[in-house]
Amino acid sequence: MIELPAEALWLVIAFPLLGAVLLHFVGGRLGEPRAGFLAAAASVASFAVAAVAAVPFLAGEGHPSGSLLWEWMPAVGASFEIIWDPLSALMTLVVTGVGSLIHVYSVGYMHGDPRFARFFTYLNLFTASMLILVLAGNYAMLFVGWELVGLCSYLLISFWFDRPSAASAGMKAFVVNRVGDFGFLIALMLIFGAFGTLSYAGVFGRAAEELGGWTPTVIGLMLATGAIGKSAQIPLYVWLPDAMEGPTPVSALIHAATMVTAGVYVIARSAPIFEAAPVASGVVATVGALTALWAATIAVGQSDIKRVLAYSTISQLGYMFLAVGATAYVAGIFHLMTHAFFKALLFLAAGSVIHAMGGRQDMGEMGGLRRAMPVTFVTMTVGVVAIAGFPPLAGFWSKDEILSVVFDRGGWFTVLWLMGLITALLTAFYMFRQLVLVFLGKSRWPEGVTPHESPRSMTLPLVILAVLSVLAGLVNTPFRLGLEHFLEPSFEGVKLGHPPDSVVLVVVLAVLSVAAGLVGAAMAFFAYHRPPEAWRRFQAGFGRIWGWWENAYRVDDAYGAILVSPGRRLAERTASTVDLKVVDGAVNGVAWLVRAAGRRIRPAQSGLIRQYGLWLGLGMVALLIWIVVRGGV
Amino acid sequence: MLTLLVLTPLLGAVAVALVPARRRELHLPLGMALSVAPLGVAGALFFSFEKGRGSFQMVEKMVWWEPWGISWHLGVDGISLGLVVLTTLLFPLSLAVSDSISGRRKAFVVAMLFLETGLLGTFLSLDLLLFFVFFEVILVPMYLIIGIWGGKRRVYAAVKFFIYTAFGSALLLAAVIALAVMHSSQAADGTLSFDYLALLDLDISSTAQTWLFGAFALAFAIKVPLFPFHTWLPDAHVEAPTAGSVLLAGVLLKLGTYGLLRFNLTLFPEAAVSLVPVLAFLAVVGIIYGAVVAIAQSDLKKLVAYSSVSHLGFVVLGIFALTSAGLQGAVIQNVNHGLTTGALFLLVGMLYDRRHTKRISDFGGLAGRVPLMAGFFLFMAFASIGLPGLNGFVGEFLVLVGSFPSLPAFAVVAAFGVVLAAVYMLWAYQRVFTGPLTSANRNLVDLSAKETAVLAPLAVLVLLLGLYPGILLDRTAPSVEAILDRIEQTTDYQAPSPGRLADVFASQPEDGG
Repeated sequence: MIELPAEALWLVIAFPLLGAVLLHFVGGRLGEPRAGFLAAAASVASFAVAAVAAVPFLAGEGHPSGSLLWEWMPAVGASFEIIWDPLSALMTLVVTGVGSLIHVYSVGYMHGDPRFARFFTYLNLFTASMLILVLAGNYAMLFVGWELVGLCSYLLISFWFDRPSAASAGMKAFVVNRVGDFGFLIALMLIFGAFGTLSYAGVFGRAAEELGGWTPTVIGLMLATGAIGKSAQIPLYVWLPDAMEGPTPVSALIHAATMVTAGVYVIARSAPIFEAAPVASGVVATVGALTALWAATIAVGQSDIKRVLAYSTISQLGYMFLAVGATAYVAGIFHLMTHAFFKALLFLAAGSVIHAMGGRQDMGEMGGLRRAMPVTFVTMTVGVVAIAGFPPLAGFWSKDEILSVVFDRGGWFTVLWLMGLITALLTAFYMFRQLVLVFLGKSRWPEGVTPHESPRSMTLPLVILAVLSVLAGLVNTPFRLGLEHFLEPSFEGVKLGHPPDSVVLVVVLAVLSVAAGLVGAAMAFFAYHRPPEAWRRFQAGFGRIWGWWENAYRVDDAYGAILVSPGRRLAERTASTVDLKVVDGAVNGVAWLVRAAGRRIRPAQSGLIRQYGLWLGLGMVALLIWIVVRGGV
Repeated sequence: MLTLLVLTPLLGAVAVALVPARRRELHLPLGMALSVAPLGVAGALFFSFEKGRGSFQMVEKMVWWEPWGISWHLGVDGISLGLVVLTTLLFPLSLAVSDSISGRRKAFVVAMLFLETGLLGTFLSLDLLLFFVFFEVILVPMYLIIGIWGGKRRVYAAVKFFIYTAFGSALLLAAVIALAVMHSSQAADGTLSFDYLALLDLDISSTAQTWLFGAFALAFAIKVPLFPFHTWLPDAHVEAPTAGSVLLAGVLLKLGTYGLLRFNLTLFPEAAVSLVPVLAFLAVVGIIYGAVVAIAQSDLKKLVAYSSVSHLGFVVLGIFALTSAGLQGAVIQNVNHGLTTGALFLLVGMLYDRRHTKRISDFGGLAGRVPLMAGFFLFMAFASIGLPGLNGFVGEFLVLVGSFPSLPAFAVVAAFGVVLAAVYMLWAYQRVFTGPLTSANRNLVDLSAKETAVLAPLAVLVLLLGLYPGILLDRTAPSVEAILDRIEQTTDYQAPSPGRLADVFASQPEDGG
């Protein structure tokens, strides 16, 4: 067996980074499709190195290790250092594995785009950034990855920058995330203040219980604020639906499978801090449950194929927050992984549909695509069944584990569990609604649209992801807790939330959540496997509520009215009134006073030396008197 | 070596002055070529600089006028080293983009080189009178650069710049003289002295410290400019030619922060410690205020100018954090700001050369037409926003993390500046470079090879300092420690040691939210 030393792990980051640099300078000359192949090769190489390095952990005999690359800001204990433990290994494999598939898919999807090479430059840069994030051995380097993925997200959302909507969506994503980063920065300041270092080893080594009072709670809440921004939770989720302006592979990779899960990762990574901060954990869980339910209701009302998936992602990230907030870190990471597979699958399948529909995204114009796109249909069906939580597909195991752990906590968490259960019903409903509207029934295609199955480079990743969506759940079942054992070294000393001990209760909970899914799916069939007039009537039956769902509760308008417009007015007033009239006015006022005084005093400037001498003498006398009175210098 | 460094630009100015005025095609290239010489000397200085030493290096001292205790006394340490290199780097680059200066080119080049001597002299002087002379000398060429080669309201802007800063200098001079007089009353032989190293040993009463600190601080605060003394800056920037703006933002403003760090902290440590709240308050107000006002600007150059107010606020906050990390952050942020803002002003100038406008609304969708320029602009914008991996982050992060232990509330408010920076920079980028290409911009040409060559070294440094700031921090850290040690020895101030905050919220849980 080959064993890679941790010292070689920088290669994992170096491959995609080198790919990005190469593509930046010679991508245009490489052209299509070679630029895409180069990028994909870089991503695959990175996956291969990580896979080899992860073998000891899989064998259950690896130990977490680290390697220092170089010092960065010694004054605050920040360096570029890599941590290689089961958690970072799993994240690396998900990022590079799903990432590689999406690279391949993009070669087909971005075919013919004039900035083909540039797209892959960004994609590789993103992969490298995400790997910096998950491989970082301290909070400062984590923040590097954290912000760089934000940069790539910005660049890729506004990839088609000549569309004003894409340009604003990119900026919105970055700025909203920065609000979260504000919290994150404060967390880093507090961590440094409390521990004198930012390295995981230094922070977690000195067990968080050593901290007194509210410090761990505040650190936890501030970390959570950053996580809420990055993982699109209430109240900072508003950037993610708009992020759908980016090309669909970007939505799959960044805004579903990897970047948006960074918040979940950070909380899981900081488990020793949250261990000492139950209040912060409770807030995380509550935010997660609220977001899961809230976003699921919005997803129900969407007609844009990608927006359904965007709100679905927000909702599923809510589940992950619920899990890590309930200290079920393994369950949270488990759902992160399965979600990466089935949500990437769903997005890529949606991309395949959009591709076939000539760029159209309105599900009202689809229908009956089953025959035209059999591969896409079958694979998307797998994804829908997986996310809806039907056994034995991946989503069932991970979602069920979360819900049963939450239930076991009792008290307030029972309420959160109920919210999670309702979300499960809604999830099945909106996903089967999407499946029916897009693939079943009669076609409602606009004229001139002749859908066709996508090329092999796009369908192959779909098939692989579908297989993973079926099987991935089996790594951690109540019968065999494989993932939990695998991750154990990363959560040493942390008390993990567990499902109830009673087997009967576990089964009852599982039956309940499957039943919720069945009800949701059945309702979707009943309501939408009918002519459009009938389902429009069904929607109208909800009255005004449907409108709220459709318009996402008008949260964007509210933010605009409460924050953005007043903010802009404040800035304008400050610039035009305070700065020009008050501050600068005072300066010019002083100048005017001096000039006016000058006119008055001008007669004193008589040119008579004797007169000057008199004034000089008087002045000196005055000065002397002052000095004497004060008692000397 | 330092004397050589200070005098090389002056010799260059003389050489250019000797070229006949009618050979106007020669002045700029010659000036540029001559300004490369100091860059070479500064480069040699940088690499021969001894790491791990906090005291002044390569000191040169010649008595100038014995009775008044004035000497030609130069030296370099970790505080000034980065600024010296930055200065010598920005001059050739600024001259390279000055083709659009049409009238009186010779005078322009001479003024520029003269300015360089003044700036280098200020950073390297270890004699307070010498420092003051250089500090004042700078005003003249800068006044001319804005007043002669500036825009429409150039005279107003130049006069405002001159009078405002000269007002500060008058106070500075009075305080410098007071120090020399104190020396004569305290020294055994009763001589006057302007020697910085000698003045460090003065025993100054707290009251006197406060007054002298105030005089120094006001002079420097105007230069920084610290809120509310900043209003000369946007006017000066808008009217100044590109080279003027680059040097104004890149180097001249640093005289203020440099002065605060070099003189206020060391000569008047007691006053510095007790006045921390005042300066930190103004710094933080400047961070937020500058950013808010920048959001509302419709002129791209003004926007960048206000962003300077915000960024320099970070430097001042770092200085008065009085912690090792905060001071290191201030020193490196000084250099960072010169690189990124210098580059942004270069880019705005390049846009202006093409379209003869700086109004944001006159642009739109440029990225499709001039991708290289858009790429550089975005790169520098993100450096300025403080994206980790680029230089701006290193400075801001050190300042924030460094000031948190001593000034937690200020640090938290300052951190909000990073949100606002993203708003004004990205919004400006969005309005200028994205969206559909507007018809007036259809014929823009992308960066020329020369323009790329001007921007590329700045981009490389932005990346280098972002990823490996050690190249500068290794050289500054000992000098910073020396200053901090001095403050701790002469006052009862103790820099907070990180790790002691463990119970920060324990005693007052009501602050926990």
